[in-house]
Amino acid sequence: MFTLNLGPQHPATHGVLRVKMTMDGEYIRRAEPVPGYIHRMHEKMGENRTWAQYLPNTSRVDYLSAMHYTHAYVGVVERALGLKPPPRAEYIRVITSELNRISSHLVWLGAFLLDLGGFTPLLYAFDDREKILDLLEGITGARLTYCYYRFGGLCNDVDDTFVRGAQEFVAYMRPRLSMYQTLVTDNIILQKRLVGIGLITSEQCRKYGATGPVIRGSGVAYDVRRVEPYSVYPELDFDIPVFPEGDSMARYRVRMEEMAQSLRIIEQALARLPDGPVMAANVPRVLKLPAGDYCYAVEAARGRFMVRIVSDGGEVPYRVKLRTPSFSNLSLFEETSRGLLLPDAIALLGSLDLVIPDVDR
Amino acid sequence: MTLPLPDLAAEFAACLHTAVPPAASPPENPSANGARTGAGAAPANSGAIREVEFSAKGFHLDVTVGIDGVVSAAEFLDRKGFALDAITGVDWIGEQEMEVVYDFFHPAAPWRVVARTRIPRATPVVSSIAKVFPGANWHEREAHDFFGIVFSGHPQLEPLLLPEDATYHPLKKDFQP
Amino acid sequence: MNLPEPYRLLIFLAGTLAFVGFHAAYLVWVERKGAGRFQRRPGPTEAGYAGLLQPIADALKLLSKQVIVPPTSDAVLFRAAPMMVMAPALMCLAVIPFGETLVARKVNFGLVMVFAFGSINVMAIMLSGWASRNKYAIISAARIVSQNVAYEIPMLLVAITLLMMMGTMDLQEIVRKQAGWFWNWNLFQLAANPLMPVTFLIFYICMLAETNRAPFDMAEAESELVAGAFTEYAGMGFGVFFMAEYANVVVGCSLATILFLGGWQSPIGWLPGPWWFLAKMYFLIFCVVWVRWTFPRTQFYGLLNLSWKILIPVSLFTLVLTSVMLKLF
Repeated sequence: MFTLNLGPQHPATHGVLRVKMTMDGEYIRRAEPVPGYIHRMHEKMGENRTWAQYLPNTSRVDYLSAMHYTHAYVGVVERALGLKPPPRAEYIRVITSELNRISSHLVWLGAFLLDLGGFTPLLYAFDDREKILDLLEGITGARLTYCYYRFGGLCNDVDDTFVRGAQEFVAYMRPRLSMYQTLVTDNIILQKRLVGIGLITSEQCRKYGATGPVIRGSGVAYDVRRVEPYSVYPELDFDIPVFPEGDSMARYRVRMEEMAQSLRIIEQALARLPDGPVMAANVPRVLKLPAGDYCYAVEAARGRFMVRIVSDGGEVPYRVKLRTPSFSNLSLFEETSRGLLLPDAIALLGSLDLVIPDVDR
Repeated sequence: MTLPLPDLAAEFAACLHTAVPPAASPPENPSANGARTGAGAAPANSGAIREVEFSAKGFHLDVTVGIDGVVSAAEFLDRKGFALDAITGVDWIGEQEMEVVYDFFHPAAPWRVVARTRIPRATPVVSSIAKVFPGANWHEREAHDFFGIVFSGHPQLEPLLLPEDATYHPLKKDFQP
Repeated sequence: MNLPEPYRLLIFLAGTLAFVGFHAAYLVWVERKGAGRFQRRPGPTEAGYAGLLQPIADALKLLSKQVIVPPTSDAVLFRAAPMMVMAPALMCLAVIPFGETLVARKVNFGLVMVFAFGSINVMAIMLSGWASRNKYAIISAARIVSQNVAYEIPMLLVAITLLMMMGTMDLQEIVRKQAGWFWNWNLFQLAANPLMPVTFLIFYICMLAETNRAPFDMAEAESELVAGAFTEYAGMGFGVFFMAEYANVVVGCSLATILFLGGWQSPIGWLPGPWWFLAKMYFLIFCVVWVRWTFPRTQFYGLLNLSWKILIPVSLFTLVLTSVMLKLF
């Protein structure tokens, strides 16, 4: 028995996560994640700036799915104000959110396979992701930490270049996904490393509040886009991929399938994209939210992201709570990694798709 | 499984009133009532269950429980198949109170339940629900980090996100860096 | 060549050293270029034409770094390990015949010598892991011992199969017996053993595992063990391990060429010579690079299962089959 410190600087922890492992040879007796190395206290920052000034902060929490995070924050403020963004803005939000979801899953795909010792898929995934980043850069001006959504709409409209580019991307990405299927998913070594490894039951997901691909890989069709519909998702036709096995392969397959579903959503949203303004007309210049507390949840790339705000009627939030999916997803690592071998635990850690700033906030 | 919301509320109310000891269930600390600066979210009396409009608030049931009702509320929601969303605090420095907010979501039904309790700010102690929801372990540690709320019965109430030697609680309204 | 023996030996040893040095350096370039192409990027381009000076720049960088010996480590073993990992690879190459007469030292039991020195490599990596006093390094040391024990067995079984067919341990003699068209190569000796291509595959897989190349790079496994046994090595200490890895790949591919692909023999029956040897060896090395950048790493127990449950039974079967076939026909 010995203690092994995995991290805070370790190639498999994607950032600065530390896992304190009590090992028996290569078997893990207890693996206790020690987060907090890049804690930035975003929630306190929220109490020190106005509602609008806090908006860019939310995109820095999970830098890989910034669109979803700003969506949740913008959504909660709109909910409190009773604002309704125009339909064109809602459709563009859906398109950009889903593009962001694909780009986030592509980073996960590359990084996950890097954890498993496969180097090449990373470059292929980043190649595809680059196309999304270029598209989003064209309309938002940022490549990663987008601050595109505004209370009541968007900061600017999309142009034809973006619409055409998104259509081309959908057509380009479909064959790429089937290429990943044959090159990566069907690889026998990958199958051996993922099938039956790192089992997470649906009950564990519920007890720990794990969401996103983790709970869907355990056979529960929980998706915030369905159960707490927001934006124009109810008008769009898409499936929630669910795999009941609960192993790392199930989570892998959920994410791969989700990319295909996101493409479907983008395609439909592009086809229906209405004309009109992208900003609601009645947005007040100085935001003062009615007192009370409000929640708004979105399905981010890693799972359920909820913003809970408490307003005392002032220009500055009284309290902002960011409920991040990686935090809950990581909290079940200690229980599920017990008795695993070190490389299997790495596979499990990778299949949770952690973004450490998202855990630490 | 798909219990309609009013039934759930009624059952919840019944559960709370039976489970909460009579000493704690009467309206606790009336001073909190109305004195709250940002009033409007929840009535401050114990065991109150309100159905709220989801599109306006982002949750369906707003439950206020007494300090002693937290664990039984969590147990009830656990029996009903709810999952833990988050635990956090709100520092109402004006009333010298600390609000502990428990968010729950349901993996199979579109329900959101918020349970909240008020504890005195000077002695912020509340029972831990980590035995009911193991996931509460980290959320409670985080709330302890940020607010100094002590969750009695918590297996490991050490700083999680703050440095291990941190003695300050940054989300308290009187926190001076 | 009619040089007096001591001079001849000196010249050839210098040649072997140069050969190893050149290959260790330029295989890194091949690997990086190959990886680049597999990953749809150009690879090194800056230093020299097509990055050809990159290995030299890398070596200079590594040489200019301090060799740090951690205070808690076993300093003697820590320093000895890089030497012990490089020397056996050089020794192996001393008996590898590159051409009809192009061999540093004619040894009539060359095959045994290559295997004997090839095994020292394991001990050296184990020592480096042990001497580092680092938990990752020790896990890696434990892994590499069990891995190499597991893979030495099928490799030797394959070697014995070939020994029975050839009746000699002299590597030059083995190549001479494969003269003529390519169907005379051992790889296609289906009359002696219809499973010969399988035997070659086993040999190749074992060679990958013995040299700790992906997908069997359990010792290094950077996403699990940081850098495994080499975690604590800095500067040229690490550089030597890096070079030794490629030197071992060269030895392994040379051996595969000699045993299965007819060494310096020409596939079309004329113009035999060292260029054929090198062409075959480079092809095998290219496959090593190709495999590395295509597959994810195997699981450690999967690796052992592959050896004990598949490779050893199959190689034992081919051994028995060969002996039966030799007896019958």
